[in-house]
Amino acid sequence: MTATVSDATADGPRVPLCELRDIKVAFGGLHAVDGVSIDLYPGEVVALVGGNGAGKSTLIHTLSGAHPADSGQIIINGQPAVIHNPRDARHYGVEVIYQKLALADNIDAAGNVFLGRELRSRTGALDDEAMASATQKVMQRLNPRFRNLKTAVKSLSGGQRQSVAIARAVHFNARILIMDEPTAALGPAETAQVRDLITQLKSEGIGIFLISHDIHDVFDLADRISVMLQGKLVGTVNKVDVTKDQVLAMIIMGKKPDEVTEEQIASLHDS
Amino acid sequence: MRDFVSSNGIDTRLVGMVISLAVIWIGFHALSDGKFITSRNLWNLSVQSVSIGIMATGMVFIIVTRNIDLSVGSLLGFLGYTMALVQTDGRISVLGVNISVENLKVHRCYTWIAALAVGLVLGALAGLLQGSIVAYVGVPAFIVTLGGYLAWRGLIFRTGGKQGQTLAPLDDTFRYLGGAPERSLGEAKTWIAAVLVCVAIVFSIVMARRRRQRHELALRSRSTDIGFAVGGCAAVLAGVYFVAIKYKSPQTGDPVGLAYPVIILIGVALLMTYLARRRRFGRYVFAYGGNPEAAELGGINTRRTIVYTYMLMGMLCAVSAAIQTARLNSATTNLGVQNELDVIAAAVIGGTSFSGGIGTIPGAVLGAVVMQSLRSGMSLLNIDSPSQDIVVGVVLVTAVAIDALLRQRRRASVFGALGAGAVVAAWVIQTGRP
Repeated sequence: MTATVSDATADGPRVPLCELRDIKVAFGGLHAVDGVSIDLYPGEVVALVGGNGAGKSTLIHTLSGAHPADSGQIIINGQPAVIHNPRDARHYGVEVIYQKLALADNIDAAGNVFLGRELRSRTGALDDEAMASATQKVMQRLNPRFRNLKTAVKSLSGGQRQSVAIARAVHFNARILIMDEPTAALGPAETAQVRDLITQLKSEGIGIFLISHDIHDVFDLADRISVMLQGKLVGTVNKVDVTKDQVLAMIIMGKKPDEVTEEQIASLHDS
Repeated sequence: MRDFVSSNGIDTRLVGMVISLAVIWIGFHALSDGKFITSRNLWNLSVQSVSIGIMATGMVFIIVTRNIDLSVGSLLGFLGYTMALVQTDGRISVLGVNISVENLKVHRCYTWIAALAVGLVLGALAGLLQGSIVAYVGVPAFIVTLGGYLAWRGLIFRTGGKQGQTLAPLDDTFRYLGGAPERSLGEAKTWIAAVLVCVAIVFSIVMARRRRQRHELALRSRSTDIGFAVGGCAAVLAGVYFVAIKYKSPQTGDPVGLAYPVIILIGVALLMTYLARRRRFGRYVFAYGGNPEAAELGGINTRRTIVYTYMLMGMLCAVSAAIQTARLNSATTNLGVQNELDVIAAAVIGGTSFSGGIGTIPGAVLGAVVMQSLRSGMSLLNIDSPSQDIVVGVVLVTAVAIDALLRQRRRASVFGALGAGAVVAAWVIQTGRP
């Protein structure tokens, strides 16, 4: 937790938290991800953007263990990592917050925070009280107004559900956090809440891959932006060096900021 | 009232069911000129509810994980027949394979244990087979267990080399599992069992309070806890006294006491509740039922969880098979016919939802008692069996309609559904009386 945010993109001797090198995934004949390399430093948010079917989710699934890569390397803290399933990914400190909020609706907040990693007493029984108490502590940090520890999460608001999903990652000391469309299901107030959370997690030195359709979210939150098109990486840019239009040109035409003309950018607005 | 119920962690559905059961009992008591709520009738009701009640607890886990098991009646028949073979022939032959279990019965007094062990192992294996095909091959549970429904029943006729001849008599000790008045606990043991249950109630309330204290979590008020402990114990002792002690044996005039199968049902229900609420397996069953994707992404081995639910179901079928055969003192080929429907109905009337993730063990047991109360009450009124089926069918659909309306938060319509169901059922009962 020693990283600082300001120089996250500077070249230096610092080791990236995580590197994906030359990742390839094919479904039948379709190259969903075709030789993509990206990296992530501590305390940094890297946005992964692209149209539908660009391969963002498939790429990130190789890191989360949801769908292993056909070839390529995953390096975490400078060491090669072997990730075959979600359990392996968690072992390396990779936690995922899914687009559809992967929560068990009929179970309470504590049950969801510890889902798959329940605390147990000496007899092997679930230690619900220890889990509730730990959840209460994490929640005080994330969302002090959160009170509904005993109710099934299905009756919580979108923002509260998102807090539960994030609490799950935070409690288990995630080093690398993958957020897949974290604000897609939320209203404006709740979106603001999630943005605050992301800022706080960054300040704690956690690296975040942010998958998003929302160019405003991306510009608000990300330090660097990696753009994918048809399974290939168009390029990775520093947010401060580019305009939204230039990023749109990368997403739609697959052209880097130095390859694109004024007319082409203008044509984006016409269509 | 509603605040009290929800703030103290009481299941509102369960409260509703207890109230419905009370209404049914009082209704039949009035219609039968005071014959329903009597020690003898309730004692019989308790024994008759056991077999379906035990299997319904297993069906809860299966329906909660969005599956179904149509094979339980046939599997019960097969397991009952096999267990009877152990006691009569000491040898099982299935499809040309011969297995001698003579060695298991080292001594005559172990015969019942050998029979029960064979039943439990075969039940678990049958569940392992069906569950694996559902979970690992991906065949819909409806189809797999429809196959089981046909196959297990057919297998009875290919087991033991007797083309399904009735097997009797059974081992003397084994017959205690059946629950005849003369083979029950008697007065002293019944009181011991009741006191043990009371101790368990107090112990669990005290332990829950201590655990919450240790983790500095909000506590229920002390008076509420004491109220629950006293109320729970009083209910257990009063129920046991009225049903099991007041019922005197027609031959000896001594109190009959609780029947062994009732003790087994209580044990099974407690064990299954513990599995559901305090073990990882139960947590995974409900998590998967609530959101299969989330459970998968949470790193839960969902397939293994599903296989376990079927293995558990198979073993509970063996327990019920033992109880049914012991009660009849024989095994016949039509043992357990239509039980799958009663078991599913009991679980569903008890609040288990087909949309997955919702269901409780006490609810399922209550569901079995509700069904048996309806049948037994109608029998008291001399209503024939086809009319009984109509009423049970109406009640089943009404129960699910109420569940659906509650989930859609259409509270006002609940009373409409309840009223409609009750009127139809009452009409069928009234016009069916001889």
